[in-house]
Amino acid sequence: MGYSFTVPDKNWAREPIERTEILWIVIAGSWCLFMFCWMIAWHWIGNQNMNTEAYKTFPDVYAKKTEDFTKQYTVRQDASDPSLPVVAPPPGSDVYIAGSIFQWRPVLELQKGKSYRLHISSLDYVHGFSLQPENINFQAYPGYEQVITVTPNKAGTYGIVCNDYCGLGHHTMLGRIYVKE
Amino acid sequence: MAITTAQSPFRTDPLTGLRIDLAAQALVKTNAVLAVVFLLVGGLAGLLVALTRWPAVHLLPADLFYMALTAHGLVALVVWIVFFEMAVIYFCATSLLSCRLAAPKWAWAQVVLMTIGTAITTVAVLQGESSVMFSAYVPLAAAPHFYLGIILFAVGALIGCFVFWGTLVIAKEEKTYEGSLPLTVYGCMIAVVIAVFTLATGAIILIPAFLWSLGLIKSVDPMMYRVIFWGFGHSSQQINVVAHITIWYTVAGLAFGAKPMSEKVSRTAFLLYICFLQLGSTHHLLSDPGLSASWKIVNTSYMMYLAVLASLIHGLTVPGSIEVAQRRNGLNNGLFEWLRKCPWGNPVFSSTILSIIIFGFIGGISGVVMSVEQINMIIHNTIYVPGHFHATVAGGTTLAFMGLTYYLIPVLFQRQLIMKPLAAIQPWLFGGGMTVFGVALMGAGTLGVPRRHQDMTFAGQALSYDYGGMNQLLMAVGEIGGVVSVVGGAIFILVVVGSILMGEPVPANAKCIVAPPADAGGHKKIGMGGLEAPGTFVLALTLFVCLVLYYFVNFKYLATLWPMN
Amino acid sequence: MSNEPIEQQTVLQRVLDDINFIMMLGLVIPTVLYTLWGVMEVASLPLAR
Repeated sequence: MGYSFTVPDKNWAREPIERTEILWIVIAGSWCLFMFCWMIAWHWIGNQNMNTEAYKTFPDVYAKKTEDFTKQYTVRQDASDPSLPVVAPPPGSDVYIAGSIFQWRPVLELQKGKSYRLHISSLDYVHGFSLQPENINFQAYPGYEQVITVTPNKAGTYGIVCNDYCGLGHHTMLGRIYVKE
Repeated sequence: MAITTAQSPFRTDPLTGLRIDLAAQALVKTNAVLAVVFLLVGGLAGLLVALTRWPAVHLLPADLFYMALTAHGLVALVVWIVFFEMAVIYFCATSLLSCRLAAPKWAWAQVVLMTIGTAITTVAVLQGESSVMFSAYVPLAAAPHFYLGIILFAVGALIGCFVFWGTLVIAKEEKTYEGSLPLTVYGCMIAVVIAVFTLATGAIILIPAFLWSLGLIKSVDPMMYRVIFWGFGHSSQQINVVAHITIWYTVAGLAFGAKPMSEKVSRTAFLLYICFLQLGSTHHLLSDPGLSASWKIVNTSYMMYLAVLASLIHGLTVPGSIEVAQRRNGLNNGLFEWLRKCPWGNPVFSSTILSIIIFGFIGGISGVVMSVEQINMIIHNTIYVPGHFHATVAGGTTLAFMGLTYYLIPVLFQRQLIMKPLAAIQPWLFGGGMTVFGVALMGAGTLGVPRRHQDMTFAGQALSYDYGGMNQLLMAVGEIGGVVSVVGGAIFILVVVGSILMGEPVPANAKCIVAPPADAGGHKKIGMGGLEAPGTFVLALTLFVCLVLYYFVNFKYLATLWPMN
Repeated sequence: MSNEPIEQQTVLQRVLDDINFIMMLGLVIPTVLYTLWGVMEVASLPLAR
């Protein structure tokens, strides 16, 4: 007797559990345990993991680092937007990219199959670093510098879209990465 | 006892047999009416957002779009839902325990504070200086009264939680019930506990943001803000999950005479929620710098997926209890006779079952997959996220609330529903629209389309990126689904307001509308293959297979990306 | 009814019925595992060179 909205039987915790529920709990519980182990295991068996290397920084310090890096490795101005330098750093090096309203600077030129230590930060607001069409997405903060080792595995022209709201010009915020063979 | 009764009189409702405290009834009605008013506001803002993100329409310019999106997020995601939840917890704590409401005056303070808070924040948004989205990440500044309104709203809601808690204490002391709390009240209690954590966390971060906007403190750390904010922002949605699951259990009883399959299992699942559900706040921070893998894994998995297990349990036991009730009432043939012969034209039932299906199959599966630490990288901040949470909050919570509203209008307002044929199709329009919206946006998000974005064509931009025709199509289809669900929402408001204002009064000698308890029926031997709910079990296995396949499809996609560590 | 001792209820039932204990769990666990641990991780990040 009873409903969900009436007081249950006095010793409800002693009532047996029906078999449908027991079976389901076993199946669902095993899957939950599997997912938990798989997520941990992917840190070893998978090649796509977030690096937790990150530092506290200051927007002006990071801006300076990005500027120095840009000066050092600029190879040309971008064909689509001549105000933007295209930077071709050597493989294995530290690569800096900075988001600010409403641009990702500088444009990068990387080589396929080579690894780079990519630093991402923001100079003003919270931005979203969204690499397209790979669809890799990171959060960028002012005052925090994230370092991810990336290895571009396909040549092509990649867009960087800002996908976290950063002000009324948010939808105009873009950047670019070229990956050469 | 006599004095208490004199102070706050009760009436016995003919439709449900419940003893209803009149002071509580006035509060429940007020909160519910305010909720529906704000659903209208939030829905209209949502319509503007949908018509802008539909590429062929692209209605609003950037400033108005971000204003509408901020308003839609706040009003539809928070205000409508919390007002409705206040109505639900007051109703359940008093009517289901035959108890008076503790401190009705404080409860009115809740109504006033939440209303004023909403008004202040809405004005701030409409003034155009506070288009910062629901999340308002610092250092993007809103006007000071934007934060002030949210803080007042949160204080009001917190008062409502304490009134509910006080009512539980009074009911126990005055022995208005004997034994354990009914499962429905228990679920409300769980929701209230999560709400207290949520609102306290909100205060910890929104008060500094308010002081900062006034210039009283120099800065608020943007990453600290986001970590603590989501303890508030995400947990607020966990309150909704608990609230709508509680409503599922309740409607199963009201409409079918169902009894929970096992009180022990359902309550233990709620205990898992209490312990681990709020850890899901970390889902917003999986692609953030600096947070360790241990912190991310422990939190994102709700401690080894124990809260996911709880959701999977509720997802089985609610339809399972309906199946058992239907079978006991004689619909015991085959796997699905009980389901075929459900009252599909009754909006109370159809809202509830659609809520279960949309929440489980779309919101649930996507939620589990996107919250995997690594998979989040291909989903974070894309339009997949709104696709997911419209399936949980609109298709799940809002739809469940709509179903309960249809049931409670005759009970609380003592008016019959009007325009019943329209009400019968309403859940299908709203739920169907949200299903299309959710699935299409999840598709576009998988292909990289960003959320919170006014122009995915990047018209006139030098570095323009082309998302391609497929994404244009997916966004168009999704937003058409969004418009359809706005129509469904409008019909809901029309029926509700029309019934309250113009519905026939319920006669004092009306017949009870609560289904008789199914286990009083003669059919003892039910089910197939040793299972009492084999049909539900098959449906649950279907969900399980979908989840497993979708999980590995995403890992396969992830594995093709640029190697990263 | 009244002579039925409360001890007959299982431990699980008594835990689940104790709403103040539930409130305590619901506040402490997320505060420790999510909020405090998370804030400490952010606070302990080293300064960039």
